[in-house]
Amino acid sequence: MGQSMKLIELVDKLNLSVRSAKGNLQRQITGGYASDLLSDVLANSEDGNIWITLQIHQNIIGVASMKELAGIILVNGREPEQETLEKAQAENIPVMVSDLPTFELVGKLYNLGVGAMRE
Amino acid sequence: MAPDNKIGKIQELVYEIRVGEVMKKNVFTVSPRTHMSVLRLILQDKRFSGAPVIDKSKLVGIISVEDFIKWLADRQQDCPIGEKMTKRVHTLYDDEPLTHAINKFEQYGHGRFVVVDRRSGELRGIITKGDIVEGLLKKLEIAYDEEETRRLRIRHFFEDILADKATLLFQYDVIGQDFKRAGECASRLKATLKRLGLHPQVTRRVAIATYEAEMNLIIYTDGGHIHVRVEPNEILVKVEDSGPGIPDVEQAMQPGYSTAPEWVRELGFGAGMGLDNIRKCSSRMGLESTVGKGTQLKICVSVENGAEHEAN
Repeated sequence: MGQSMKLIELVDKLNLSVRSAKGNLQRQITGGYASDLLSDVLANSEDGNIWITLQIHQNIIGVASMKELAGIILVNGREPEQETLEKAQAENIPVMVSDLPTFELVGKLYNLGVGAMRE
Repeated sequence: MAPDNKIGKIQELVYEIRVGEVMKKNVFTVSPRTHMSVLRLILQDKRFSGAPVIDKSKLVGIISVEDFIKWLADRQQDCPIGEKMTKRVHTLYDDEPLTHAINKFEQYGHGRFVVVDRRSGELRGIITKGDIVEGLLKKLEIAYDEEETRRLRIRHFFEDILADKATLLFQYDVIGQDFKRAGECASRLKATLKRLGLHPQVTRRVAIATYEAEMNLIIYTDGGHIHVRVEPNEILVKVEDSGPGIPDVEQAMQPGYSTAPEWVRELGFGAGMGLDNIRKCSSRMGLESTVGKGTQLKICVSVENGAEHEAN
């Protein structure tokens, strides 16, 4: 088990730009899931996970909300579409942007202890 | 009472709460034979603004800072408290409702009232306006907590319905190719089931299965309807469309099998995992399809099994 970590600490340590739901960064992260397939995320992510993806269209918010994920990190500096932002704001789901590609970002998350949170 | 004169919770509470519930029980008392010079030390030390005077467990008076100042100002000689105390003490009984206390505070303008037992006259406590406010706030907090709990308890929704069989029906309409509203039906259903107080695990299973079914309607059909039947023991989701239909249902059920066009896949859909996800989330599932006519998908999530183990 890794130490518990809040979303806001990730934002700080990974230098993420928060694009929506800036008031909802106090949630504890329960682990992470990296995938660009929505069905895969629906099937395999868990409550409170941070989701790493390059998908930027609005359906990612539906998936995050459905699975009660803590937030979404978009990789490669990809910016969310306008509709995605509006929906994220409405659903209070933090969407963050990182300049790193998925592989590197996940590596950093593991170094911070996020990956090892599942027993 | 005029019809528009609404009775608030506070009014209700001041009749309901007894003086004894909010008064301070540990009261510092003095004897009438204690000298005023000693009282000075007590008042200084304990920072009291007054104390009941008790003789043989009976209340005989009250001595306040005002009495003390008066004694000082008159430069009188030291004497027992009994000679300077206020003898006519307005008291309250511990079994009186708060409204009596409030009336007395208004009537006499005292800062505090001594509370005594109705029969024996023995000291029970002391009450200030602050104690009343504090007591009311505490009761309101409890009432608020109860209200919150009651709201959560709508899970017993079905238990409150007196019938041999109770069923709730919901319908959601899905428009084909409408990716902008994709997942909306499943979200609305999820919120509804949550409000009904279903087990979170059951709600999640139904929502995920419905989401996948909704996506299938959007990706592959011109739209259709999702009917949800909620019963105390199970939730049945029936998804219907009018075409194009699935040529080989068995093949479609295989994880990874997909006929989705490239642009749909680029959105992260159409990976051939939808039906498999639905199967994993449901207790029972049925898929019937006729090419050219349409598809009917039945998903059943049993409340008992659904709550027991994780779908994934």
